[in-house]
Amino acid sequence: MSVVTLTVNGHDVAVPAGASLLEATRVAQAGVPTLCHLDGLTPVAACRLCLVEVEGSGKLLAACSTAAAEGMVVHTHTPQLQEFRRMAVELIFAEGNHVCAVCVANTHCELQDMAVSVGMDHSRFPYQYPHRSVDASHPQFTLDHNRCILCTRCVRVCDEIEGAHVWDIGSRGGHCHIVAGLDEPWGQVQACTSCGKCVEVCPTGALFRNSDTTAEKQPDASLPALLRSAREQHRWNNQ
Amino acid sequence: MSPPLSAPGRRLRLATVWLAGCSGCHMSFLDLDEFLFDLAERADVVFSPVGTDAKIYPENVDIALVEGAVANVDNLELALQVRERTALVISFGDCAVTANVPGLRNLLDGGHDSAKAVLERGYLELADATGQLPFAPGIVPELLPRVLPLHAVIPVDLYLPGCPPSAERIREAITPLLAGERPAMEGAAMLRFG
Repeated sequence: MSVVTLTVNGHDVAVPAGASLLEATRVAQAGVPTLCHLDGLTPVAACRLCLVEVEGSGKLLAACSTAAAEGMVVHTHTPQLQEFRRMAVELIFAEGNHVCAVCVANTHCELQDMAVSVGMDHSRFPYQYPHRSVDASHPQFTLDHNRCILCTRCVRVCDEIEGAHVWDIGSRGGHCHIVAGLDEPWGQVQACTSCGKCVEVCPTGALFRNSDTTAEKQPDASLPALLRSAREQHRWNNQ
Repeated sequence: MSPPLSAPGRRLRLATVWLAGCSGCHMSFLDLDEFLFDLAERADVVFSPVGTDAKIYPENVDIALVEGAVANVDNLELALQVRERTALVISFGDCAVTANVPGLRNLLDGGHDSAKAVLERGYLELADATGQLPFAPGIVPELLPRVLPLHAVIPVDLYLPGCPPSAERIREAITPLLAGERPAMEGAAMLRFG
């Protein structure tokens, strides 16, 4: 196995060739925040929180979707990066309808936690209050578009792990939204196996079990990594 | 941030203000329990729905905790007075910081004129045959077209999120201010929304 060596915040790091910059920053325990990334799913660099500075690159790079390369000099927490991350989280809050106090995911929400970790005490951007809908057509689960941050974890877990490919992104730009099947009510999509993986990996309260009310959602986002290692390496975490 | 007017020996003038909120932040303030005695030794409560009977916001206030969003013309008028007459204004709780639940009416009509939409929904569409829109100029304050967080109408010096902020969080924020210092607003104990 070939190895690449690079520098993260002044620390020398060695990772297997093909590893992402995000993995390299983890080796260095740099604490790069992520929201759309989930171990076990392919990276999409949607949330922009893992942006890092690589000397000589001329632009900021998303650590999740950039391969670590020999000799890279990486900075993960420059003042500029920290400011951009806070702005990104504020924009996510302003773009949707996120009301923590009355959300199913309150106290178990990755967006709520991210606001804390980037030091967001308020949003400098005015909230947009977009008109969005709720799809409650599925007998077990609900999709509340108001709380969706378009991380696409649900799209990827359904396609890559469950193999059902129920979810996709419809429309463009500010009108982007998650669609079930051919933009049908979720409950009418026959491809859905009702496995609930999308609910488990959703970082916010956008996907939830119908039995959950305010602050009752307790997701388990470790599922894709477990299933992938079980399939590909025949390794279960209870063995 | 404007420093509190902490001349040695002078008692601080503290206000708490209730705009468009449920008063839960004020209930949490009362949950400070015995710390309220410590507070009373350091500060005079010069305006508060739970601490005084004053109806007019006074001059020369050092610190104001402002609960609630800005949803009607009375909220707006009081917010402007608070800013003009207060050294340090704290956005107190999620409604003041984000508009939170009162701001949900902004979802009606794209938020451009949610006042009309919410009144028609509440007083006409859901009413029986005798429904009518409230109209009492000078008595019932008119709703603003859009519910706003406090910092959208006045500069805010400190943000204290939470729905409500716990008594511990309020105490941790106020204690340094009494000594003329700025609290460290970081970490889940001090910052978490909801």
